[in-house]
Amino acid sequence: MAVPVISVSHLVKTYGSTTAVDNVSFQVYRGEIFGLIGPNGAGKTTTMECVQGLREANSGTISVMGLDPRRDASTLRKRIGVQHQEAQLQKRIKVWEAVDLWSSLYPRVLDPDELLIGLGLEAKRNAWFMSLSGGQKQRLFIALALIHDPDVVFLDELTTGLDPQARRAIWSLVKGMRERGKTVFLTTHLMEEAEHLCDRVGIIDHGRLVEIGAPAELVERHCPERRVVFTSEEEGVAERLGRLPEVRSIVKNGHTHTLRGEGDGFVTEVIRAIARGGIQVSRFRTEIPTLEDVFLKLTGHRIRD
Amino acid sequence: MMNGFWKLTWVETKVFLREPMGVIGTLIIPALIFVIVGRSLGIGGQDVSTAPQPPFNVAILGALLLVVGAVISLVTIISIYREGGILKRLRATPLSPLTILGAHVFIKLVFTVLGLAVLVLAGRQMIPGAIEVNLLAFTASLLLSTISVLSLGFVIASIVPTARFAQPITAALFYPMLALSGLFFPIDRLARPLEILALSLPTTHAVSLMQGVWEGNGWRIDSTAALILIFGVCTALSTRVFRWE
Repeated sequence: MAVPVISVSHLVKTYGSTTAVDNVSFQVYRGEIFGLIGPNGAGKTTTMECVQGLREANSGTISVMGLDPRRDASTLRKRIGVQHQEAQLQKRIKVWEAVDLWSSLYPRVLDPDELLIGLGLEAKRNAWFMSLSGGQKQRLFIALALIHDPDVVFLDELTTGLDPQARRAIWSLVKGMRERGKTVFLTTHLMEEAEHLCDRVGIIDHGRLVEIGAPAELVERHCPERRVVFTSEEEGVAERLGRLPEVRSIVKNGHTHTLRGEGDGFVTEVIRAIARGGIQVSRFRTEIPTLEDVFLKLTGHRIRD
Repeated sequence: MMNGFWKLTWVETKVFLREPMGVIGTLIIPALIFVIVGRSLGIGGQDVSTAPQPPFNVAILGALLLVVGAVISLVTIISIYREGGILKRLRATPLSPLTILGAHVFIKLVFTVLGLAVLVLAGRQMIPGAIEVNLLAFTASLLLSTISVLSLGFVIASIVPTARFAQPITAALFYPMLALSGLFFPIDRLARPLEILALSLPTTHAVSLMQGVWEGNGWRIDSTAALILIFGVCTALSTRVFRWE
């Protein structure tokens, strides 16, 4: 049975009359990458900062590795690594100085040089923080979050504002954390990021956790429809494939055929039928729903609305 | 964690030294003003019984500029750090809030002493006879004054809305405090409400303490007690109202 590293139960956080986090409960298990996903202002960061002990909840209970984040704050801070959304450092602090400073705060640390090499920052060790690119800054924050070899790493909107190349480089670093046995709790409003990185996600909207599960499982549960699209100039293709029990509907537009059905079995059966019938097809593709579609289905709006 | 304190102090010192304008403002400007104003008022090297006396103590003005410079710098740094999320990031480490503030205050005190050293060296070089004081006692009175005024700075740093306004707001508050400090005219000439206000400000007691030491009259117990009291009250207040983000 998986061991919960983080347990959040009935968490409520309000600011004046606004309820930022509304009765949220979830668990994060050892060695997994768990993501809270939702639009800006959904309550992701507030939830994460309550778990880190930086904010005091109005009600509910939180346990991180058996510790109370507020009561046991000083013990907890030695065991967690934190990267904040849009954080900055002193403009003129050098990369090695920041890592050296952070190293001095913990009783046991990793080799700073090895860490910088591992994160591709060795050439920038003497560079001022202000001269780093967005991706380099985020890699430095990852270094600061990992310097004391924490058990749990918190990453808040880690790749926001980065170009696709830098984003993918950061993703592989996060996957590397999981391979080294770390538990990662991240927030993101990028569905592609959540699908690519997270073992499980919690969908949060207007402060409420509306669903939780593995990305593929959520897609299967809430958006099971698959589409197969291809082009064929042969006559009678729509009629032949439309007889398959797995095909729910078929639309022909010129030579382009769009077939709808549910589950992975639908796609397999369509491919088999095409092969069996020797049908000549081109531009064949399958369209599978994403977490974005799940979010739309569950909340009634797109994540960027 | 003392190791964190010294490392943070050292890193922040280096970061401060990399801001040329900050260094010039802290170390050079007060000395420059002392020399320019002192020479134009004809202080030093004259027979005090016959020469016309300057209307105020120029050395105390220089010292006060060091103090106010330290406060403006501290408030600005804390505001920038808060707005940029640097304080929040440090707060997520085992560093205690007291360590973070303590490191910055320590740096300000060190640079205040260095600024005084530059002022004394420049003064002795450019205006012979202008600085005849027990430097150890004067430095101690300057440090006590700085700590007390800095504690008022903590309170302001806690309530300044954004980094952009930190410097002008602090300057707008502290330069009038210089005017009411008793350096340029005795505060008993002020209207009663203004006199009470002046007596509640640390700059007033800083002036009377440093002036007493400068003139060889020793430490004023009442000024010392007032500065310590203001430090205690402002520090207690700032721990209640301080915002990390």
